[in-house]
Amino acid sequence: MVSSSLRIRELCKRYGDFVALAPTSLDVAKGEFLTLLGPSGSGKTTLLSLIAGLAHPDEGRILIDDCDVTHSPAYDRDIGVVFQNYALFPHMTIEDNIAFPLRMRKVSDADARRRTAAALETVRLPHVAKRYPHELSGGQQQRIALARCIVYRPAIILMDEPLGALDKKLRDQMQLEIKRIHRELGTTIVYVTHDQEEAMTMSDRICLMNAGAIEQLGTPRDLYFRPRSVFVADFLGESNLLSATVRGVDGEGLDIVLAEQLAASRAVGNGSRFAAGEPIKVMVRPQNLMVGEGGQLSGRLTDVMISGSLTRLYIAPETAGLPQLVAAHPTRSGSAPYEIGQRLSLGWHAADAVAIHDGKGI
Amino acid sequence: MRAISRRLAWTRAAMGAPLVLLLVLFLVYPVGQLLLLSIYGDNGFTLAQYRQLFASSVYLDVLLITLKISLVTTLVCVVTGYPIAYLISVVGKERKATLLFWVLLSFWTSFLVRAFAWIVLLGRNGVINKTLISLGIISSPANLLYNFGSVLVGMVNALLPLAVLTMLSVMENIDRTLPRAAATLGARPGMAFWKIYFPLSLPGVAAAGIMVFVTAIGFFIVPALLGGRRETMITQLIIDQVQQTMNWGFAGAISVLLLVVVLIVFAAYDRLLGLSSMTGASAPRNAKPSRLSGPVARAGDALLTLLGAISDRIILLLPSRRRDRNPDQAGLGLQAFVWTMLLVISAPTILMIPLSFGTGGLNWPPQGFTLHWYETVLNSPVWTQAMLRSLLVGIGTGLLAMLIGTPAAFLLVRSEIRGKAAWLAFILSPIVVPRMIIAVGLFYVFAQMGLVGSALGLVLGHTVVAVPYVVMTMMAVLRNYDTRLDHAAQSLGARPFATLRFVTFPILAAGMMSSFLFAFATSFDELTIALFATGGLNATLPKQFWDEVTLQVSPTIAAVSTCLFVFMGLLIFVAERLRRRAAAR
Ligand SMILES: Nc1ncnc2c1ncn2[C@@H]1O[C@H](COP(=O)(O)OP(=O)(O)OP(=O)(O)O)[C@@H](O)[C@H]1O
Ligand SMILES: [Mg+2]
Repeated sequence: MVSSSLRIRELCKRYGDFVALAPTSLDVAKGEFLTLLGPSGSGKTTLLSLIAGLAHPDEGRILIDDCDVTHSPAYDRDIGVVFQNYALFPHMTIEDNIAFPLRMRKVSDADARRRTAAALETVRLPHVAKRYPHELSGGQQQRIALARCIVYRPAIILMDEPLGALDKKLRDQMQLEIKRIHRELGTTIVYVTHDQEEAMTMSDRICLMNAGAIEQLGTPRDLYFRPRSVFVADFLGESNLLSATVRGVDGEGLDIVLAEQLAASRAVGNGSRFAAGEPIKVMVRPQNLMVGEGGQLSGRLTDVMISGSLTRLYIAPETAGLPQLVAAHPTRSGSAPYEIGQRLSLGWHAADAVAIHDGKGI
Repeated sequence: MRAISRRLAWTRAAMGAPLVLLLVLFLVYPVGQLLLLSIYGDNGFTLAQYRQLFASSVYLDVLLITLKISLVTTLVCVVTGYPIAYLISVVGKERKATLLFWVLLSFWTSFLVRAFAWIVLLGRNGVINKTLISLGIISSPANLLYNFGSVLVGMVNALLPLAVLTMLSVMENIDRTLPRAAATLGARPGMAFWKIYFPLSLPGVAAAGIMVFVTAIGFFIVPALLGGRRETMITQLIIDQVQQTMNWGFAGAISVLLLVVVLIVFAAYDRLLGLSSMTGASAPRNAKPSRLSGPVARAGDALLTLLGAISDRIILLLPSRRRDRNPDQAGLGLQAFVWTMLLVISAPTILMIPLSFGTGGLNWPPQGFTLHWYETVLNSPVWTQAMLRSLLVGIGTGLLAMLIGTPAAFLLVRSEIRGKAAWLAFILSPIVVPRMIIAVGLFYVFAQMGLVGSALGLVLGHTVVAVPYVVMTMMAVLRNYDTRLDHAAQSLGARPFATLRFVTFPILAAGMMSSFLFAFATSFDELTIALFATGGLNATLPKQFWDEVTLQVSPTIAAVSTCLFVFMGLLIFVAERLRRRAAAR
């Protein structure tokens, strides 16, 4: 098993006046699966091409296994890249495409043939060896791009939205495939996507980017349950964000007052410090917003949507200053149907209400 | 049902017929006539002309010289054009526009103006001799003109822009991530270039090669103006036969010889690479494996690997390059080379400008300041008539070529017609058949029809040679056109004519404008057909230019050159503006 750690220190990239990547530091452990997630234009590809040596940083350093590679050319970095558009060489057969990195490394012909065949075996496409890239489907090309990348066992693999062009089913299949290959080879992988579900299911850690900077870095659970900012809460999964004011802080818990209500309720912090009197947002996930229980709030039902396994209720709260809320619960066949306009009482467990600094996270 | 398919058939015929008719009447018929003349004498069938052609080695020698000049020109154009096209395809938007402007300016500057500029530049009192003398390198003026070198310089200057633009059209379609992917896979820059980029750019190289070669082989302006007796090319023989001895039969025989050579070249090209790659139609993305197979392909691959390894060695030997160099930036050496080449091909014409205002004739350095030469031109009815006529014929050609070419392009792109490849080959044939052969044939036919010297005859002749470019441009535009827009318009209630008028044409306007300009410029600079079909007061500008230049080299011509140069510069500027405005929409 070959794999390396990656360290990035204050890496920065500008295009003219535009900051594509603000000074950013990031550590990726040996064998880790790290996902860069973020909206379009947030700097994911920029960061990836800096790591790969395809673009040159304006400041900062990149270290692979504690060795400074900031100024090494791409071909000396031992990094594999799976490009978004696959970048298979159109004038070479699949076999020659996969053997290319081996030829560049002066691997003997016999050895190259053996390893090429093995790589094709790994991506389960041994029968396409003699074809040209344009004779393959999108999903097959994708897998060949992967095979070309793993065949020379680079210490780090970078993937830029590798599944972007595939349909849902093929995508799920490929996700499993990539996870399997990651398990088998133990390579360090940095993966880019803007599909949050993909990020949640595949990653050891997620690095959520926004406007050329890291917004939050942590395990999928961290980001989902303890978002550091409204942006993170909003970006990852559905959320209800209620404005509130802090009354008091004791350890992990907080006393808060929702919007213009008078009654106090409880919430948990997201790991950062809060001060009494501070205006905050409280995040409650739809599946944690219980209808007909607890009773912190009440509101009128405006819409019901059943999307297969989940039923979503859209509720206009009666308390002024709160946005429309969404509650979700598993769809049950026997229960009484909802009526639009019906008055509902809503509640949640204190542990499911997460306090977040209003505005930008710290 | 029947009625609809009937009407469709009629519509199609109406769309394609004008072009077919034009080509049959003014390409197939005249060229056929000329070829027939070579085997039919006054007493019926005869091979006398061919016997004369091969009786001595004179004509074969001329053929060999023609081939040699064309081949060397092609080699130089492709080899020096490649880095230029490469740089243009990789630099950022603004630098690309600048580089492209200079290539286009050179491309559109009249062949005549460029050749004339070299006469002045290389003359006994020209810039080069004067500079060398003042530097003390030589003591008396060297004979730089009327030899193989001066012809080669003129030919390369004439055809390099064509080579660059042809290669560029292929290089622009090469996926930029491919060489980067190669780098991440461990290929050093030399290897990434030779194993990935170069093979993908080969169709462009091949297309440029054949375009340059075929154009060169039918060229006469440069060898006639810059060459000596020993650089006579085959087209000059045809001119002599027609203008001096009126020997149509022999002119026909020489034309056959020329045509056969060109066809052999094309056949060889087709065998090796396939003709479809000529139009750059096969995007490198789905580049088919070349027809070279087995051992040849393996040898080629090994050669490329070797070249890659050698280049990487050389790069390693170079004084260590700046470490923090942006991997996207082109090397300084490459940039210096490209700018030098662009300077070399643009400078001669630019040097004409100060000379045209000088009082010292065409000697370097220019002396004094006078508008005398411009006044001479404007006060001479021959020149003003010629300008007017050229403008008129150019506009007529532009309109006619567009009117005839656009429907044909629609037909070729939008509908399934049988034998599409054959039709396309037919439409492109005016590019393949050497211009001189078309010109002589047209002269013969025009003489029968009484069209010699008429503007109509010129417009028809020029349309024949300009229309393939219009069809190719419009086909490219139509291929990129999203037909769903038409469907959307129709679903919104627009009838076919309204759809054309309000949706299709406005969107295609930029493409039509540029094909109009292309046809206009082709006609405006056309000399071969005008050479025979006009003269005296009904001469076109190039013809008038030619008559003057072959008589004497005077500052008046420098003044005309300057006017033409400025006019073309403005035209490109406007065309580029239009194109960008259309692209921005
Ligand atoms: N060559 C360039 N010149 C100028 N700006 C650039 C260049 N490349 C990227 N940018 C800008 O940098 C920002 C970050 O781009 P980047 O490609 O990293 O985004 P991304 O997160 O990968 O987005 P996406 O999810 O759409 O791929 C964008 O605003 C983009 O416009
Ligand atoms: Mg991206």
